[in-house]
Amino acid sequence: MHHTIDVKNLHYTYPDGQVALRGVDLYIAPGEKVALVGPNGAGKSTLLLHLNGILRGDGEVQVCGRPINDKTLGAVRAAVGLVFQDPDDQLFSPSVFDDVAFGPLYMGLDEGSIQQRVEQSLDAVGMRGVERRVPHHLSGGEKKRVAIATVLAMEPEILVLDEPTAGLDPRTRRGLINLLRELPQTMLVSTHDMGLVAESFLRTIVINEGRVVADGPTQKLLADDALLESHGLEAP
Amino acid sequence: MHISFLDPFQARDSLVHRLDPRVKAVLTLLYVLAVSLTPQGAWAAFAAFLALVLTAAWAAKLGWSYSLRRSFIALPFMLAALAVPFVTPGPAIYEVPVLGWTVSEPGFVRFVTILLRAWLAVQAAILLTATTPFTDLLWSLRNLRIPQALVAMLGFMYRYLFVLADEALRMNRARAARSPRIVGAPRPPIGWQARVAGSMVGSLFLRALERSERVYAAMASRGYDGEVRALVRFQMLGLDWIVLLGVSLSLVAILTLTLVI
Repeated sequence: MHHTIDVKNLHYTYPDGQVALRGVDLYIAPGEKVALVGPNGAGKSTLLLHLNGILRGDGEVQVCGRPINDKTLGAVRAAVGLVFQDPDDQLFSPSVFDDVAFGPLYMGLDEGSIQQRVEQSLDAVGMRGVERRVPHHLSGGEKKRVAIATVLAMEPEILVLDEPTAGLDPRTRRGLINLLRELPQTMLVSTHDMGLVAESFLRTIVINEGRVVADGPTQKLLADDALLESHGLEAP
Repeated sequence: MHISFLDPFQARDSLVHRLDPRVKAVLTLLYVLAVSLTPQGAWAAFAAFLALVLTAAWAAKLGWSYSLRRSFIALPFMLAALAVPFVTPGPAIYEVPVLGWTVSEPGFVRFVTILLRAWLAVQAAILLTATTPFTDLLWSLRNLRIPQALVAMLGFMYRYLFVLADEALRMNRARAARSPRIVGAPRPPIGWQARVAGSMVGSLFLRALERSERVYAAMASRGYDGEVRALVRFQMLGLDWIVLLGVSLSLVAILTLTLVI
């Protein structure tokens, strides 16, 4: 097993000319859980979209030991579960069941295993019994949990989450932090929630203006006031 | 603040709810077809069709008047036929005072027939959506070989209509919150207000467009390759066949009797 993320000298410019990534390097070892922090517009979301080949910039992105190209795209997307910030983007099907079954269906699983995966992943996020519900009738916290279930159903080796705690009330946020802690996957989590960073991640990567500006043990980075200040961050 | 008034499904435990959604979709279509083929002024046939839809509403445990009450939502569309009684040639039966427009008898019959057809068809559609969860309905349409792209679009429309409506609601509130009125001060000119409303619609469209890109990215992340796939959900049972045959035959019978007599 080879659940790594390996990014070398990644550059990306949006079609409108806005430069988002200016040479990002990072390596995440199997089973490691890493926080990705940085001010708004630093390139966090852009970087995350490269990890399963939604965006393809210049440079090298290897996921689970495989480079991302047209041939490996399907396998990479099955291996990397990307949870979007807005669950209304993530949950696009008319029912929760359809949404959680979407990934497994496209992986070509048979009906029995799809059923099983839907049950297991809703179980994992504590949302059994909402299969028939319509996503827009769920609360914000429930949507978030179901959104995570939709990627867990693909049994990914790596989980990539964009702002998982944004807009959640304290109790729901606590539940989500516990959930993230329990999940065994290699994890890269982009967030502004410095409390979450301090509590759940041993390693933190700071990016700003499309570059990695710091990468190291969370405790050490959070103690460096000058670093935090210059990149618009705050210790919890 | 969630807009969910549009969700028409009424959960009940009834024969109609348990039917295969394909049976309901096909029967609704046949019903609409039969009603539109019924000749003008065949009042007995229309009464029979009304009885049929009311019986279905009763069997679905929705109550007699459920679809009746809801069907008035289609009234504004029926206004389109308002000119018919005036422009159809024939003996006059009524003259509008002052204006001098005359209502002809065949025109009046045609007008009432159009109203009845629309009203009955709408009731059938209301029953269909009230007794069939939307996902099952989508599945049945797909299964009945309606083009996949069309069905997928219906599905997205259903999913995102609410999100979009919520967004519009939020924008409206934001505008209202910043639209103070000072007693004695002049109101902003109507042209300016219209421009604000116009740009709100525009930005709603842009937001929808941007969301569609994010949704597509979310779909691609989970393996979407342009082909729409779905699981098998329903098997036709004996009862489904009986209802399908029974109702289609009664539709044909009503229509044939009307045409023969």
